[in-house]
Amino acid sequence: MSKVKSLKCRECPEEYEISPKYVCDMCFGPLEISYDWKEIKKSVNKDSITNGPKSIWRYKSLLPIDGNDVIDIGTGFTPLISADNLSNLLGLKKIWIKNDSVNPTYSFKDRVVSVASTKAKEFNFDTFACASTGNLAGSVAAHGAKAGFRTLVFIPSNLENEKIIAASIYGPEVVAIKGNYDDVNRLCTELAETKPWAFVNINLRPFYSEGSKTVGFEIAEQLGWKTPDHIIAPAASGSLFIKVWKGFNEFFKIGLIENPQNTRMHIAQPEGCSPIATSFNEGKTHPLPVIPKTIAKSLAIGNPADGYYAIKLAKETQGSAHAVSDDEIVKGISLLARTEGIFTETAGGVVIATLVKMVKQGLISKDEEVVVLITGNGLKTQEVVSSLSAPTEINPTIKSFEDTFPNY
Amino acid sequence: MGLSKQLKFTFRGKSIQRPLIYEVGHKFNVTTNIRKADVESDGGWVILELTGSKEEINKALDWLKEEGVRVDNVAGDIVAG
Repeated sequence: MSKVKSLKCRECPEEYEISPKYVCDMCFGPLEISYDWKEIKKSVNKDSITNGPKSIWRYKSLLPIDGNDVIDIGTGFTPLISADNLSNLLGLKKIWIKNDSVNPTYSFKDRVVSVASTKAKEFNFDTFACASTGNLAGSVAAHGAKAGFRTLVFIPSNLENEKIIAASIYGPEVVAIKGNYDDVNRLCTELAETKPWAFVNINLRPFYSEGSKTVGFEIAEQLGWKTPDHIIAPAASGSLFIKVWKGFNEFFKIGLIENPQNTRMHIAQPEGCSPIATSFNEGKTHPLPVIPKTIAKSLAIGNPADGYYAIKLAKETQGSAHAVSDDEIVKGISLLARTEGIFTETAGGVVIATLVKMVKQGLISKDEEVVVLITGNGLKTQEVVSSLSAPTEINPTIKSFEDTFPNY
Repeated sequence: MGLSKQLKFTFRGKSIQRPLIYEVGHKFNVTTNIRKADVESDGGWVILELTGSKEEINKALDWLKEEGVRVDNVAGDIVAG
């Protein structure tokens, strides 16, 4: 018997058979997967998980996948690192870094794309597609190559060359769309409506987004089957933020952890694109769309699909939401690199800057445990920190060295 | 009647005081079918279905944008980081 029951509307009672569908016909609300928890509880326990592979597929029974043929490029079970230097510097008991920058294509997107590509195979699609300005493009291209799909990656025509190379190397069709961000959005929506493709964050969105909850599963498992006092997560669409919590909640539902009710969920956004944080702090329930202008391009979603749910979750968990400046983002990247030896991209800088801000505001007690999510690798956004690299030139003599560096 | 689009209109400032959804249905050959809305004095949004020919829908959306309405796909931004 399948553990996946149906697609259920998050807004109204409508339910649909499992299919590549993402919006409720009745109220246009988003659809999500409904599971048979009784069935899952019979077969999933701590042993069944710990005996599984060291990847997201150790949680396969909790993902919307029916078969055993998964598209696996080695995603997940990334390190949860005790950030002792950063903890000491900020005066906190324990900061943990969930380092998702070491996934196969160097970002957390491999989690969602692993699930989406596997489901696309189960649905018998032969074409796999996405619209992206960076991390998602590389991940879709890599999984498309592994799965043997015809793969299409749509990008804005002004995308930086390094990002194009990072996707092109896997051999997809890279389509550069002339026009602005809205034009790319509009065209891709129309293509998804007319072409029989698996468009990862459109018609496969209910499946794709479930991949993010494996971050929550891993954090709880790696902390010894418990949840921390605080989670600080970056928010673009808001999906990762809510799915981390969903992961905790599902572990609780099947008896693997205590009720995560004491874990507070905090949203981190860049000031140049903070529709969720702004609405949260203004007491609104829905984010008002904005036009993004930030160095944190991986968080530049002006109209976040899950913004409403992210605001709701932060409120329900007595969490908070923060927006940090471009300058703070760069300082955050540098701080993490210099204290913990982890080079993160701009989204990670947003998270570290938010952590620093929260500590300054007294929102985290000294004896509490914090997990911060580092979702992408710094090599992807080197341009924003290029001003920090200033080699000191010397002549090829000991004297020149000692004159220049008298302290060594 | 041709194409059907599921959209989110976001209104800000003075545009909230105008009957723009009524007007768009009269100026262009499109039908509006509201499914969800949240409107306050300083702004709001409406989720609706817009039905008509592709040409009429595009003309209607261009006009709404000129009037200060933000038009988005109901599922949020598709382009991801």
